[in-house]
Amino acid sequence: MSITRRRALLGAALSITLMATGCSGSDDGDDGAATPTTVTEADIAAALEAGGNLTVWAWDTTITKVAADFQTKYPKVKINLTNAGTGNDQYTALQNAITAGTGIPDVAQIEYYALPQFALAKSVADLNTYGAASLDGTFTPGTWNAVHAGDKIYGFPIDSGPMALFYNKEVFDKHGIAVPTTWEEYAAAADKLHKADPKAYITSDSGDAGFTTSLIWQAGGKPYTVSGTEVGVDFADPGSTKFATQWQKLIDAKLLSPVVGWTDEWYKGLGDGTIATLVTGAWMPSNLEKGAAAANGKWRVAPMPQWEAGGKATAENGGSSLAIPEKSANKTLAYAFLKYAAVDEGAQTRIDDGAFPATTKHLAAPEFKNKEFPYFGGQKVNEVLAESAGQVVTGWSYLPFQVYANSIYGDTVGKAYLGQGTLTDGLKSWQDASVKYGQEQGFTVK
Amino acid sequence: MTRRTWIGWQFTAPFLGLFTMVFLAPIAYSAYLSVFRTRLVGGTTFVGLENYTKALSDPQFWEAVTRVALFLLIQVPIMLGLALLVALAIDSGRLYGAGFFRVAIFLPYAVPSVVATLMAGFLYGIRFGLVGSINEALGLNLPDPLAPGWVLATIGNIVTWEYVGYNMLILYSGLKVIDASLYEAAAIDGAGELRIIRAIKLPALRGPLVVATIFSIVGSFQLFNEPQVLDSLAPNSITTYFTPNIYAYQLSFAGQQINYSATIALLMGVATMVVAYLFQLRAMRGEAR
Repeated sequence: MSITRRRALLGAALSITLMATGCSGSDDGDDGAATPTTVTEADIAAALEAGGNLTVWAWDTTITKVAADFQTKYPKVKINLTNAGTGNDQYTALQNAITAGTGIPDVAQIEYYALPQFALAKSVADLNTYGAASLDGTFTPGTWNAVHAGDKIYGFPIDSGPMALFYNKEVFDKHGIAVPTTWEEYAAAADKLHKADPKAYITSDSGDAGFTTSLIWQAGGKPYTVSGTEVGVDFADPGSTKFATQWQKLIDAKLLSPVVGWTDEWYKGLGDGTIATLVTGAWMPSNLEKGAAAANGKWRVAPMPQWEAGGKATAENGGSSLAIPEKSANKTLAYAFLKYAAVDEGAQTRIDDGAFPATTKHLAAPEFKNKEFPYFGGQKVNEVLAESAGQVVTGWSYLPFQVYANSIYGDTVGKAYLGQGTLTDGLKSWQDASVKYGQEQGFTVK
Repeated sequence: MTRRTWIGWQFTAPFLGLFTMVFLAPIAYSAYLSVFRTRLVGGTTFVGLENYTKALSDPQFWEAVTRVALFLLIQVPIMLGLALLVALAIDSGRLYGAGFFRVAIFLPYAVPSVVATLMAGFLYGIRFGLVGSINEALGLNLPDPLAPGWVLATIGNIVTWEYVGYNMLILYSGLKVIDASLYEAAAIDGAGELRIIRAIKLPALRGPLVVATIFSIVGSFQLFNEPQVLDSLAPNSITTYFTPNIYAYQLSFAGQQINYSATIALLMGVATMVVAYLFQLRAMRGEAR
């Protein structure tokens, strides 16, 4: 009991210190008070030797084998792997467990856009305590930045989603359409395709918050500015405007299929050629292989269409990290698992299983780049995707309450997809609603 | 005397214990939650009745309440009218295969509402469902039943399909307890079937109709499953404040505004009770007249 209390007191003292220093990016985190909590490599090795139980919440299927291997390597560790839902469902469960104070997992998969929310509430542990800072340079800059809040590191990237253009080559060839390199060409291709075959669409989009923010990101927009508890939301910046104007053309001309993403109908469309392209994250190949098996050999991957001809800018879409809830009973052991899964042997295991890595070493490995994908007609897909990973526009940040913001996207921007108002109007009401929520939640909103 | 009191408590204790645990405690806890506010920045503070004043001036909350009120005013009379018609038809004794009709019309009630909504969703799909097929086959351009302007009517349709049988059964059992000698007397007096319905059956159905209406009022205010399931098929048509229950769900699970969500839930509970009570009061007064 006394240990728990001391830790709680220490935590309180620590958070007060943090509040006092605020978000001025102070680098005096190595003050004496924090030293006792620092866990050394030897401590981690000892924890692995001692063993124990770990509850891991993850929906990513590649974690299963990693957990099994980990237990084989460290026989005294028993991992209880649970799928507590995908994305939002899991965050709800996690948030409830944290609020209730019981049933909290030791490791949880959290997407990059959701991590700031848990970090802000200090629901997840700062991995600096375990020496995570020494892993600087291990991960791609985009993903490493995504798990940071100031100097603090709240998770390890396990995959990434640098974006690319996935297209059905057979459909393109049939109608003599060239692979678009800019968004202008993309719109022209959309028009040509739909005129040639009224049942076919360039892509399906009925409004997707993640896609919208990713495209704004690529266009150089920075609608969200976050500095501690000071938050800014501005969808009138040039990047957002670029997206809203260009994408509105596709909506107005009814060139987007209204099929809702991730439904059976959507996969059917991807399989039969009525949805001809997808601009999405690098984690897509295995989904296509499994979900749209009918199109085996027909799809190809090309660089993401650009806002400026000749440009080389991309953005991330999706991707997740593994984090350790602050109230986990065995954080040292949890950290050992995190490192195993994200950096050490587990990373390769996951790549072999189809994951797209966030580690620079694996991205550069020849056997990774040269892997030929039969589904993509033998194309070396990873070459394109790895190139995209290096071109992600820097400086993007999500809101500390992005989970909520995304949940009201349909109420606001979604209307533009039904022809009620424009994307610009929709983005404006999304901004207003996000600002209102931020203020209610005690943020200083500019 | 003290002994007697004690025995009385002892007999009711199992009920009271359970009642407190599963009924009173959650309400009390919601009430407790509703006077606080937890923020992502700044933690939990006592705010008194601030959540209530906020709810009463919250346009999204009122939009949700108006929507279910509209639903109540239109869907419930249609559903109960149909149920009454079917109950009278089955009871008339002139229907061939009355037993079959009774079971067939009741059957949708046995289908879970989530499944019913999914079935209906596929039926109404403009691209892949029946509506789409009709449009294609006949070259028509029927409106999309899942578009924002139509989706409430579509939900009304689904709910009617689900609950006509249930309400029919309530009314039918009301008809079954009418003393057969009344019919004989009416027949001797030369009354026709319509006259019997008006003079005997409908007055006898007053009680069951009141019960069925109160159930429907509660059901309308608690509308949740149908719009929630349709949301996955038509995400832009169902807002996160489509009905009060959906709003409360969104507030607590996506917005982490558990306190405000508890306030909305309590307000809706009170509103439902008031409306149901007022209706009952009015129905009773009619009976006394």
